[in-house]
Amino acid sequence: MSGLYQVSSNPHIRSKVTTNGIMLAVIVALMPATGYGIYHFGSRALAVIAVTVASTVLTEYLYGLCRKKMTVTDLSAVVTGLLLALNLPVTIPLWIAALGGVFAILVVKMPFGGLGQNFMNPALAARCFLLLSFPTRMTDFQCDAWTGATPLALLKAGEKVNVTDMVLGNVGGTIGETSVAAIVVGACILLLLGVIDLRIPGSYIVTFALFVGIFGGRGFDPYYISAQLAGGGLMLGAFFMATDYVTRPITAGGQYLYGIFLGLMTGIFRIFGPGAEGVSYAIILGNLLVPLFEKATKPVAFGYKRGGARRGK
Amino acid sequence: MNRAGERLLNGLVKENPTFVLMLGMCPTLAVTTSAMNGLGMGLTTAAVLALSNLFISLLRKIIPDRVRIPAFIVIIASFVTAVQLLLEGYLPELNKSLGVYIPLIVVNCIILGRAESFAYSNPPIPSLFDGIGMGLGFTVALTCIGAVREILGSGELFGYGLMPDSFEPIRIFGQAPGAFFVLAALTALQNLIKEKRKSAGKSYRKIGSGCSEDCGSCSDMGCVRRFYGEKQTGKQGSRDKRQNEERDGGQDENRDERRKGNRDGKQKETRGGRGKGDRNEGQDDGGVRQDGGRDTGTDGLEYVDLEEEER
Repeated sequence: MSGLYQVSSNPHIRSKVTTNGIMLAVIVALMPATGYGIYHFGSRALAVIAVTVASTVLTEYLYGLCRKKMTVTDLSAVVTGLLLALNLPVTIPLWIAALGGVFAILVVKMPFGGLGQNFMNPALAARCFLLLSFPTRMTDFQCDAWTGATPLALLKAGEKVNVTDMVLGNVGGTIGETSVAAIVVGACILLLLGVIDLRIPGSYIVTFALFVGIFGGRGFDPYYISAQLAGGGLMLGAFFMATDYVTRPITAGGQYLYGIFLGLMTGIFRIFGPGAEGVSYAIILGNLLVPLFEKATKPVAFGYKRGGARRGK
Repeated sequence: MNRAGERLLNGLVKENPTFVLMLGMCPTLAVTTSAMNGLGMGLTTAAVLALSNLFISLLRKIIPDRVRIPAFIVIIASFVTAVQLLLEGYLPELNKSLGVYIPLIVVNCIILGRAESFAYSNPPIPSLFDGIGMGLGFTVALTCIGAVREILGSGELFGYGLMPDSFEPIRIFGQAPGAFFVLAALTALQNLIKEKRKSAGKSYRKIGSGCSEDCGSCSDMGCVRRFYGEKQTGKQGSRDKRQNEERDGGQDENRDERRKGNRDGKQKETRGGRGKGDRNEGQDDGGVRQDGGRDTGTDGLEYVDLEEEER
């Protein structure tokens, strides 16, 4: 008999993994992208990040005061604020950034029971809220450091883009999404620490690449596919937001399904949709379907057949 | 006619069709892009609701039970057609902005719901006032939602600029998702106010207020009255007074009566009954109740206190 079957009475050995630890790891892993964003877009990026993080943390703190249950110390609000800031253009008025932070916590996260209960990624929901509320502000990527359309918009218009620049991050876009290199460094940190695994990002990216190859209209042109992969928020979304512990499926099979679904939806939004980008909508849509993915891939209990009948009957 | 006033209050506050009964969600979410639209839609519905309630109540003894729904629909549709023609003639602009939602009043579930649950089994005058009360409740709710959405979504109220120039409209509130946000927020707000006032001793009893005292033809399967076969007294005002007296210090003198009523009390416990009177009782005969302290229901629904009804 395996040692796993023998459960002694308490006290049990406790895992060293804590919510705080995971959140801290995510924050550290986001630092390369954040740092590059500040370097690339200047001090205003820092201001946007500070305002957004402050608004999420303050909202969670005040909510905790009202409900007499303080959860702000688990650092999850900081992660939400940081991710939201990385998804905003640097030109965003600061009050809109703060409004996004308040929305993420007050509407998407806390009313459903706080961390662990929210059915949708708060940062992405807030980004979509802002995108619907202030469409021109949210797609205004003109700034001192960079003028011109984002590479994805150029790609959609059929113009040439420089993939090397896109990987390094020398392009326009939101604060955190421009540099694929910085995001991958952060993702490697998370992978090495074991905070995330490759199931969701891997199936997401592979599905998306195949979809773009088939339906993109340019065949399996490596230049085009790599430009699509490096453009927009795909990398940031795949490694940092699709893998959010709360809003991803818990079963391994469900995670593959989820990744495939995200890849398909992102491809559909990018190629057939009116806009150039679709990662955030794809992920919040995937969040909503997580219960279905989990139900479809529910593991069979030992001794039972799929569907609940006992084996041998 | 105390009954009429009670029906008005019931429609406006206790059983507000939008915030409490959650009926008529389609127009609520679709046409409330501005306060004016909400007001127009609400008043139109109120007019149809009051008139159809009155006529259904007048005809309630003639309409055969089996074909009552088609009969209701014919009556309602006639009034909707009349109202629509009037709107076209006198308020063409409002008619245009409400569009297809005016003819859709025919299938508004508030109207059919009130016809079925109240007008069909009550005399004309209370039915008329039930219709007016419900209609006004709907109007107030729609106007509130419309006002909030208009202020946030375009910075105006009834078409007049309200916000400073630096205000940037939050466009989502002009779209469908914004309607859901505002509806949810306002519903939560009115629940909060009711909870507060409830704990201050006001009664917001829901069950019984639309009761026709005839459980056989009633469709409310979850009703406490049906459960225990209790007769409705319908005197809500005096009940409240008694409840308040009791709270003020009548605890000891009523003790015997309370013991007597405890038979029902026990039955009620199995159902997880909650209500103000329950708490006092629990102090008296300590330990009988087991579901302790869960008397602030989030569903805004207070179960009827049976033993008080008996006295």
